[in-house]
Amino acid sequence: MDKPKLLFVALAFGVLALWPLVAGNYGIDLVTKIMIYAVFALSLELLVGGTGLVCFGQAAFFGVGAYATVLLSPTDAAASVLWLLPACVLLAALYALAVGALSVRTRGVYFIMVTLAFAQMAYYVVHDTPLGGGTDGIYLNARPLLGSWLDLGKPLPLYCFTLACLAGVFGGLALLLRSRLGRALAGIRVNEQRMRATGFSTYPYKLAAFTVSGAIAGLAGFLFAVKDGLVNPELMSWHLSGAVLIMIILGGLGHLRGALIGAFAFALLQELFKSEAIFGAFAKHWLLGLGLTIIASVALLPRGLVGVPAQLRERLLGKRGTLRGTARAGDGHE
Amino acid sequence: MTLATFLIQCLNALQYGLLLFLVASGLTLIFGIMGVINLAHGSFYMIGAYMAYALAPFVGATFGGGFFATLAVGLLLAVLFGYLLEWAFFSFLYEREHLQQVLMTYGLILVFEELRSLTVGDDVHGVAPPPLLAGTLPLGELMTYPVYRLFISGVCLALALGMYFVFTRTRLGMMIRAGSTNREMVQSLGIDIKFLYRVVFAAGVAIAVLAGMVAAPVSSVYPGMGSTVLIICFVVVVIGGIGSIRGALLASLLIGIVDTFGKVFLPQAAGVLVYVLMALILLWKPDGLFKAG
Amino acid sequence: MATNNVLLRGRGITRRWGGLVAVDRVSIELERGSVHAVIGTNGAGKSTLVNILSGELAASAGQVELLGKDVTAWPQPRRARAGLGRSYQRSTIYPSFSVFENCRLAAQARTQKPWHWWQDAQRCSISTAAAQVATHRAGLADLLDRPAGLLSHGEKRQLEIAMCLATEPQVLLLDEPLAGMGAEETERMLALLADLRSGHAILLVEHDMDAVFRIADRITVMVNGAVIASDTPEAVRANPEVQAAYLGGHDGEP
Repeated sequence: MDKPKLLFVALAFGVLALWPLVAGNYGIDLVTKIMIYAVFALSLELLVGGTGLVCFGQAAFFGVGAYATVLLSPTDAAASVLWLLPACVLLAALYALAVGALSVRTRGVYFIMVTLAFAQMAYYVVHDTPLGGGTDGIYLNARPLLGSWLDLGKPLPLYCFTLACLAGVFGGLALLLRSRLGRALAGIRVNEQRMRATGFSTYPYKLAAFTVSGAIAGLAGFLFAVKDGLVNPELMSWHLSGAVLIMIILGGLGHLRGALIGAFAFALLQELFKSEAIFGAFAKHWLLGLGLTIIASVALLPRGLVGVPAQLRERLLGKRGTLRGTARAGDGHE
Repeated sequence: MTLATFLIQCLNALQYGLLLFLVASGLTLIFGIMGVINLAHGSFYMIGAYMAYALAPFVGATFGGGFFATLAVGLLLAVLFGYLLEWAFFSFLYEREHLQQVLMTYGLILVFEELRSLTVGDDVHGVAPPPLLAGTLPLGELMTYPVYRLFISGVCLALALGMYFVFTRTRLGMMIRAGSTNREMVQSLGIDIKFLYRVVFAAGVAIAVLAGMVAAPVSSVYPGMGSTVLIICFVVVVIGGIGSIRGALLASLLIGIVDTFGKVFLPQAAGVLVYVLMALILLWKPDGLFKAG
Repeated sequence: MATNNVLLRGRGITRRWGGLVAVDRVSIELERGSVHAVIGTNGAGKSTLVNILSGELAASAGQVELLGKDVTAWPQPRRARAGLGRSYQRSTIYPSFSVFENCRLAAQARTQKPWHWWQDAQRCSISTAAAQVATHRAGLADLLDRPAGLLSHGEKRQLEIAMCLATEPQVLLLDEPLAGMGAEETERMLALLADLRSGHAILLVEHDMDAVFRIADRITVMVNGAVIASDTPEAVRANPEVQAAYLGGHDGEP
């Protein structure tokens, strides 16, 4: 990652770290939610931006992580994060492994449809069967504890814990994407045929990416369940799968910080369109604004918000302002 | 389960399967010919159903017509709508990547849903079948079967055969098939490919709208119906194999059977059964039942 | 001919598409230190044959042996790891990566180690060293940082070969490496192929008859999926069947 981007990321995390000092409860709550979205978005970025697998069913793994949190927690006492978190992440990873094993053999549009269908399957399991508690969902009675001193039921500890998770996932993915594994995934994204011709068995790589991605989504689901204290089938809704896909496109595909930016932008857009102060009676129909924004951003911002500086430069300076004759060894996934 | 009830469920499965096949055909048509994956296809179905509900009083008052007149007016509006939509929106999607198409048509779904909400509201409605078709046919000694459901099956079958005929036996069908494999060649032969695509798209929209209108008396009219049918259509394509009409027909009928009998025997698991079916088929055949063709 | 000199052998390879026979009982042998060219008109089945030898396409009948092992059931990646390299008629490169990274990633196939997810791939000494060697051998030493998508056509064909070499294969299947090249680029490529000859078994599918007759040690001629001649260049040139079917009935001048 080169200097300006590193600076941006450092700045972003710095602001996040200092935010609780200036924000009230509403602000802390909002940014916790956004950070959870960001972890969710990062999971999908690994799949879509990193490996080129457009998954339209990411909400399933998010939902599995969330439901596992509630179902595994004892009804009367607080569970320990030390075992609860890994257990939920593991369950999400297992579902991802199962779905991936069947889906990853397909490609393109077919893959999009298959992943969507498998997510819908999970949705129906929690919606229709007693396992999921039906449309009302299930409550988490006692939020988990980290050790005996960090109570995730309180907003500030939860904020810090979420920030730590976000930083960990971001850093981990940054390392992973520049490693041999990450480069292989990039190669699969750019030219899978050449990868196979060179000697890479691409199926295990794609399955690995799918499983890791599902695990990270499960982590986001865990955090969400802890924060909200309530899980319901809407967490596995395909609209959520669509939302997280929009986040990474809006932010900018192929960049980890795009997932961060996209999550923030999406959350802020949601708040904006839902705001009765601005839209009055139309606030109820905020999806209309969202839909139009999605269409506009895909049409006008092909590289997402991350690409806006470059797009502006191109507009002002002409193409020669940006076409560099060299590329770093990595394809610039940062 | 008596023979008569079994037969009733079989006919229900057939009707549901054929309806699915019709909607899925429209989706596959647009994808196969123009290479656009259109998530908003389910919305056309929903629009059709709401049109059956909302247009009926208007058509009755203006033309004095009933169900069939509403059908005709709705179809006309659908073709017009499809034509304009292709010109204003979809024609820009042909050259784009699938991911962009997915997102833009997803945004379109949200727009359609909210516009519907603003114009007609979010209530669930029933639509009465026309008096001509509202009767029942005797089935065995004790049971009867609604004529209207047979009508639905008949319409879907007729349309499917009609599409088959147009594609394989007419010049238009030939041009469409040629255009899907080699766009430039068709253009250089002097055929206006833009117009052709517009026609195909309008046809796809009309098919989905018609399916929605025809299904309305049976499935009732509710906000989420577009999404529901879209996702099941995807399952049809996944099970049947992408690009295969044969596969789509077989898959639709299989889903019809699993869903109908599932609701009878395992009502709690009914929603999941279709996806279990899909998973099993993928285990056996990773690319679906049939390859393109 | 010592048998352990035959690095790749195809026996009775047949491929049917429904009623059409695309490749009809073709047998071919590639020996170390030789260039074996396969020529034929369009649709003769040359590409299909190469796809079967490389493992991208399954044969309807026949066997493929690589370094003495029966690899007929092996998928392409496995054959590649065993020493079979392939270049494509249409440049199959990574356009958004640099030239160096193209070759490094190719070389990484030999030392994949995906579980070391925290280690920087650029520090992998094996793949970076192999990439250095391959790029220099293919004449791309000055272009290492260039995004591969910005290369000229001839340079892309060079990269295509370099990526092949990066995996240090013993057998090279080259599908029209000279396609679209000018005279100077062709000379450079032929010099490279001559340089590669010792130590490798090379299969060359080509349309450029001048080049073929200059570089090939052995030529197999295919028509309608079947082999009509397989011999030294002089013998093939003089073969009346070949002349009638392919070389236009002239006196052997291509």
